[in-house]
Amino acid sequence: MDFKLKIWKQKNAGSKGKFVNYEVKGISSDTSFLEMLDILNEDLIYKGEEPVVFDHDCREGICGMCSLYINGYAHGPDAAITTCQLHMRKFKDGATITIEPFRARPFPVIKDLMIDRTALDTMIQAGGYTSAKTGGVPDANAILISKENSDLAMDAASCIGCGACVASCKNASAMLFVSAKVSQLALLPQGKPEAAERVLNMVAAMDEAGFGNCTNTGACEAECPKEIKITNIARLNREYFSASFASEL
Amino acid sequence: MSWFTSTFTSSIGKKLVMSLAGLFLIIFLLVHLGINLMVLLENNMYFNKTAHFMGTNILIKIFEIVLFGGFIIHMIYALFLQIQNWLARPVRYKIENLTNQTSFFSKYMIHTSVVILVFLVIHLVDFYIKAKFIGDVSDVVYNGKEYHDLAALVEAKFLLGGAVIFYLIALLFLGFHLNHGFQSAFQTLGIDHKKYTPVIKFLGVIYSILVPLGYACIPLIIYFAK
Ligand code: HEM
Ligand code: SF4
Ligand code: FES
Repeated sequence: MDFKLKIWKQKNAGSKGKFVNYEVKGISSDTSFLEMLDILNEDLIYKGEEPVVFDHDCREGICGMCSLYINGYAHGPDAAITTCQLHMRKFKDGATITIEPFRARPFPVIKDLMIDRTALDTMIQAGGYTSAKTGGVPDANAILISKENSDLAMDAASCIGCGACVASCKNASAMLFVSAKVSQLALLPQGKPEAAERVLNMVAAMDEAGFGNCTNTGACEAECPKEIKITNIARLNREYFSASFASEL
Repeated sequence: MSWFTSTFTSSIGKKLVMSLAGLFLIIFLLVHLGINLMVLLENNMYFNKTAHFMGTNILIKIFEIVLFGGFIIHMIYALFLQIQNWLARPVRYKIENLTNQTSFFSKYMIHTSVVILVFLVIHLVDFYIKAKFIGDVSDVVYNGKEYHDLAALVEAKFLLGGAVIFYLIALLFLGFHLNHGFQSAFQTLGIDHKKYTPVIKFLGVIYSILVPLGYACIPLIIYFAK
């Protein structure tokens, strides 16, 4: 398969970027999207040109590093996958593919398609954890958790912190990400003691970082590779109201 | 910062205020529609007497201030949040496919709201300002008491084709705004559950169709039937 690529090139956060056109030829339909970029880069290095910088790590959909906004979709035109799980057979032979970095003020471009997602870590550091010493391994069933809550918490915990929710939200809001962590911990007894403090601190860190405000469009849940649902955002709001209006904080 | 300031300057706190104001406006629209529909009755007395009551009763007058407050708070918060949202993405995407959003009209809330705002100003000038401050309204007498003939004012207005079309367009956009707004307000309040969210969404769709349609009846019936 042959493709025309329109790729965003940008030297660093301070500089103005622009699109550069490339072509790749003879790509197998089983090539993954990132492998296709590898092939392009090998070609560029061979020709003595500068390769395209992009983020990746596990290449199996668990680390969340691969970003890329492909033809108008975070992680490309397929639901519930990361970019590393996208294959070239999803595209038509000869197609033009536009590749942009995830764009949001809190995600400055490091170079080309690589962005700095430290803002997500900053929000986790603000409260996305429990601070109790856990001690040794507890007896099974020492802490009882209902099946429903354990399932909901597990679903929320599957967030890999990729930032696709921010990238695909028209407001660049990080509510889905924050709601996943707040929900995961608020649903479990171990997370309850610090629930109020956590939600207040994480929301403050989110606002501080300059993310936009949620307008309940649902774009985030449509693009989330782990299919985190916006019911978590409603739970985040409830947690926030109860922490603000009912807690001692 | 006090808990109060930090709550109401936070993103979620601001959304809370605007969703409550929005829900308040949703209730207001129902009451307003109920009264407006009286103008279609054969006898204009009912409408004129109700309008007189709404214009003079002290409780209603206090409520009128609350209503203006609701509009202003909703608009100021909406604008403020929207500006922050634009600033959160200084470099826009070249290609943006927002097709798989769950709510289509959610993309255009600020655009539909501009149409509603323009309509609101013209609507207030058309009826409210005329009746209240300019006073170029003829009077009618029921049981020896004088009332403004506001029904005649409405009827005169909607004999003009241009006014009818303008009102219909504005109502269409109001429907678009409420199609997302109704259910969005509940989500903002944290009310989201598989047991009742489908009901809320259904009611929202019904509301956003029936209420604008109800309002639209008035200019249409007056224009074509009277
Ligand atoms: C009778 C008139 C109106 C009603 C009943 C109404 C109702 C609503 C409701 C219920 C929401 C959803 C709130 C939320 O999600 O938390 C909303 C959102 C919004 N409203 Fe209104 N509104 C009205 C007029 C206006 C006007 C005049 C403006 C601006 C000038 C405006 C601007 C907005 C904006 C920008 C949003 C989007 C926020 C979002 O997407 O969540 N609205 N409206
Ligand atoms: S909520 Fe989904 S889209 Fe957002 S960071 Fe987590 S996994 Fe990525
Ligand atoms: S590279 Fe790890 S999720 Fe894609």
